[in-house]
Amino acid sequence: MQTNNYDEAVRQLTVCNSCRYCEGYCNAFQALTRYRSFDKPTVSHLANLCHNCRGCYYACQYTEPHEFALNIPALLADIRAKNWEQHVKPSAISKIMQISIWPYVALTAMFTVLLTVVSQTGWSSSEAFYTSISHTTLVSIFLPLFILPWVSLSLGVRSYWKSVGGSKLALSDLKTAFGSAASMKNLSGGQGQGCNYESTERYTHNRRWAHHATMYGFLLCFASTSVATVLHYVFNMPAPYSLFSLPKLLGISGGLLLSYGTFMLALLKWKSDSALGSVSRTSGEYAFIGLLFLVSTTGLILYWSGGTSFATGWLVFHLALVATFFVSIPYSKMVHGIFRIAALSREAQIQRLAG
Amino acid sequence: MSKAIKTPKPDYSIMTPGQGPVLADLIVIGGGNAALCAAICAAEAGLSVTLLERAPRVYRGGNSRHTRNFRCAHDAPLGVLVDEYAEDEFYDDLLLVTKGNTDEALAKQVIASSPEAYEWMTKQGVMFQPSLSGTLSLSRTNAFFLGGGKALVNAYFQRCEALGVRVVYQATVLDMHIEQGRCDGALVDVDGRQEYMRAKSFVVACGGFESNKEWLQEAWGPAAKNFLIRGTPYNRGEILKQLLEKGADSIGDPTQCHAVAIDGRSPEYDGGIVTRLDCVPFSVVVNKDGKRFYDEGEDVWPKRYAIWGRLVAQQPDQVAYSIIDNKSSELFMPSVFPATQCDSLPELIDKLGLPAEETLASIEAFNNACADGEFKATELDGLATNGVTPAKTNWARPIDTPPYFGYSLRPGVTFTYLGVNVDSSARVTFDGHESENVWAAGEIVAGNILGQGYLAGFGMTIGTVFGRIAGMEAANYANQ
Repeated sequence: MQTNNYDEAVRQLTVCNSCRYCEGYCNAFQALTRYRSFDKPTVSHLANLCHNCRGCYYACQYTEPHEFALNIPALLADIRAKNWEQHVKPSAISKIMQISIWPYVALTAMFTVLLTVVSQTGWSSSEAFYTSISHTTLVSIFLPLFILPWVSLSLGVRSYWKSVGGSKLALSDLKTAFGSAASMKNLSGGQGQGCNYESTERYTHNRRWAHHATMYGFLLCFASTSVATVLHYVFNMPAPYSLFSLPKLLGISGGLLLSYGTFMLALLKWKSDSALGSVSRTSGEYAFIGLLFLVSTTGLILYWSGGTSFATGWLVFHLALVATFFVSIPYSKMVHGIFRIAALSREAQIQRLAG
Repeated sequence: MSKAIKTPKPDYSIMTPGQGPVLADLIVIGGGNAALCAAICAAEAGLSVTLLERAPRVYRGGNSRHTRNFRCAHDAPLGVLVDEYAEDEFYDDLLLVTKGNTDEALAKQVIASSPEAYEWMTKQGVMFQPSLSGTLSLSRTNAFFLGGGKALVNAYFQRCEALGVRVVYQATVLDMHIEQGRCDGALVDVDGRQEYMRAKSFVVACGGFESNKEWLQEAWGPAAKNFLIRGTPYNRGEILKQLLEKGADSIGDPTQCHAVAIDGRSPEYDGGIVTRLDCVPFSVVVNKDGKRFYDEGEDVWPKRYAIWGRLVAQQPDQVAYSIIDNKSSELFMPSVFPATQCDSLPELIDKLGLPAEETLASIEAFNNACADGEFKATELDGLATNGVTPAKTNWARPIDTPPYFGYSLRPGVTFTYLGVNVDSSARVTFDGHESENVWAAGEIVAGNILGQGYLAGFGMTIGTVFGRIAGMEAANYANQ
């Protein structure tokens, strides 16, 4: 299907705009009714509001074989991904990491080799937890990896924000945006009945719960790392921590949620109709979900295998996955979260300015 | 869907009335709203039900696929419906559009049953949403389906599945064996293979004949070839014709259909809601000879689009052209296809393929007849022409501000009025006598209540109320 050109987007959205039956599903359709014609920034804005719940597709009178051939979820998924690729530089890296699993495999292999070499060249210190790899070595590798992607991501979102005509944000815009994201409001089907992602005409909450587990699991893991960093540097309390310490409680619960959530997201994706997503990017999406799953699962295994000789090699693998994840943030599907927040903020802003 | 549907040739040799196993307690013919309501109610009462849907799964649901709301009486706010809509007011609205051409008892029965039907629909999994943008005037009277009619149809099919209704797609009923008002079975073509299906009872809910252009031509002549059919191509009315031939009492004008003026570029079938074009009141409309033929500003568009369907059908080649200028370009709901747009009138006229001299003369005569006054888009503003025939009695502003926009208009048929007569229990009557085991619901009986005109969302009300009655009555009969 012709989903990747702007003319096709205008054609399909124009049909929607003279129908409007789907207004109750999500705010992308509510936003759509504001316009009489669709310029590129408007199409981008609508695309980044869409959560791919597919409610509109299964309710649509005009899907193929009807000659109007509407497939709004696939159309907007393609445009959304093109937006990320266009705004996050370098675009070439974005493009390949959105469509392929191999960059992730290659990065993980590279980091595994790198960390193995580092861990065996005698840089190890006597610090208890870091017997395999010194803390300083770890930091010197991970700190740039942590910062550079965020620079690229920030510039990318700024570029997107300008392209959709965003102006100065009010606190209330961000509150609305984060509120919607925190509850996945636009994946609720409009009335809390759920979405149609993997279940064709039926409404289920599966994807919303799976995404919640993934998102909150990730945030808990992130919190765990942050708390540990503060303990290490501010309170001079290096790892390991006991089970009932804050880093462990956050890390283990987050890891379990993240493993479960990503496993479910992959399962739902497998059950769903790939023709309603960005078809050419399916592999890249699986790679990203798989990477998150491996990061959390190897972390959990590492915790339970702590102290054994197995743990050293495993730690290297785990850290290589973490490094791959951080490097790929702006270029993998991870970027959708930031663009989503931007789009939700822009939508709140437009509504606020309209009074 | 832009092709007419063909009906297979019946193989009467396999019709063996009185012989062979009885397949089901109830066979429902049709797969739209009324058919589904009947199937669900019968299955809930314990019947084994087979539902025969002529369309493939992807096009299931008949014209209900294209619907968007349900007109409903209520004394107090009910679900998404605000304020109140008293039964008397509902009935008055019906009298207004039908000009009294209705069966009072049946109409009042449908209206009185509508709030209960609303609750029932919710229980079956149908979801409602507040009035769509641009339809605020209906927020009191009409409950909109979340996602539209196809979402409603999906919910009902899921309910059927849960209740064990056997749904057969691509099942065309070719003949019903009826003797003295009793049906023994139906000859059915299932995706190219024919079989004779027997059942204890039958509900006929397979719509009107609006997609049967040969039949439409009987009333309209060759002009009907140029009509566009807004709904499903599967409503060919063959079962309706058979029932009437076999003695069922008819109701409704056999020659009339409800047609509205729609975008002339719409698909021949199944264009649905998006094909409507709301620019006529703000425009000048000419036929293919460049001549104006009716007052474009007689009333607000929802009250006039049906008249315009008929008017356009009477023009040469059943086509007309609506021309506006930049002043009016954003005063109506966006159109599904972009307008033809030009910076000068002669250019636009040329692009639309209209005769230059005549069309320009018509527009000039109109422009010269426009008077000064206050223009109000959302109400009858009385801004009328002076000294041109036909006059435009509201919203008459000269077409003089570029760019100019043109749309073609054609008649779009929504439904037909001819149907079978039913009593208050949805039972079909044959020569004045109630059938023993045949009930009917939906568009095929709508003519009992909607003798002419149309009331938004009322087709779904009739279908739901009579569909449920038909299902429950068939259950009472089959359970005896």
